[in-house]
Amino acid sequence: MNLISLFRTKRTTAPVARDRLQVLLAHERSVLGKSDLIATLQEEILAVIAKHISVDRDAVQIKLDRGASVSMLEIDVEVPAPPANKPSGTSGPSVPASV
Amino acid sequence: MGKVLVVTSGKGGVGKTTSTAALGAALARGGENVAVVDFDVGLRNLDLVMGAERRVVFDLINVVQGDAKLSQALIRDKRLDTLSLLPASQTRDKDALTTEGVDKVIAELREKFDWVICDSPAGIERGALLAMRNADAAVVVTNPEVSSVRDSDRIIGILDSKTLKAERGERIDKYLLVTRFDPGRAARNEMLKTEDVLEILSIQLLGIIPESEEVLKASNLGAPVTLNSPTCAPSRAYFDAARRLKGEIVDVVVPLERKGLMERLFGRRVA
Repeated sequence: MNLISLFRTKRTTAPVARDRLQVLLAHERSVLGKSDLIATLQEEILAVIAKHISVDRDAVQIKLDRGASVSMLEIDVEVPAPPANKPSGTSGPSVPASV
Repeated sequence: MGKVLVVTSGKGGVGKTTSTAALGAALARGGENVAVVDFDVGLRNLDLVMGAERRVVFDLINVVQGDAKLSQALIRDKRLDTLSLLPASQTRDKDALTTEGVDKVIAELREKFDWVICDSPAGIERGALLAMRNADAAVVVTNPEVSSVRDSDRIIGILDSKTLKAERGERIDKYLLVTRFDPGRAARNEMLKTEDVLEILSIQLLGIIPESEEVLKASNLGAPVTLNSPTCAPSRAYFDAARRLKGEIVDVVVPLERKGLMERLFGRRVA
């Protein structure tokens, strides 16, 4: 070690580890981490909606964000446009609810 | 009615067994009646870490299958009569554990002890699920290292969905125990800081156990570190963690090794 390297700011590794983990876990929680609860909710919500409107399976998105004090359950249902003359908004409201 | 704790992590080798023994002994030294239960069937080690390996006659599977009474299988610690061990089987297969059998044994332990601490096997398979099944609270042991943090995140998700409490719609208390922490390396940004791990996992902090040679010394001798050298840095951290488990408010500090002058001058080690 020489004097220059003593004063040069070293590239540290821990922040890299933290950032990699944050990206990876955000992904894993949404895909692999999809718990039984989410899967069950998705199926049941889909079934309720299907009774009244015909929707695509992919049109129902459910997300659960775990936070320290508050968790957020986000249900996003994309309602298809009515068959004829009204080609207005296609996206239904997003309903956030605390769990 | 006692409280059931599971010590878990997903990843192996992070310090579940060491922490089970250390926390169990710390609670027992405070006068609580404690049973530590080894769920690592086929790879038992809690008996060895606690120095009771030559006293095992019956084990968890014998009790689950009704071949022995719980009182016959429990081994009382020679140093602390408030501390008992229920060893795992070394020869049998984990499939010998039944859900009903485990529920029954844990219920019986809950009657007899203030604390039942279940040492989970690594992984997310049946053995780990059975260890956490009856838990009221979980201690998630995590090293400040990427693979351990990832596995802890996975195990937290499983605790929230696969425990009896979760199935009943109740919330299981989850505590983070950071082990093998090196404050110097964390300060130099070479190791994840506890705040980083906490932010990522977002569960309550139970304690930070510094890396220390005392831990290996204690396991060499077959004693929980909190009994073998109660004043060393990791032991003080475990004692604080035990007090937090009891609901006391204790500030989280990383205890440092008290070094003598000579050691401070010449004690820098390679590796």
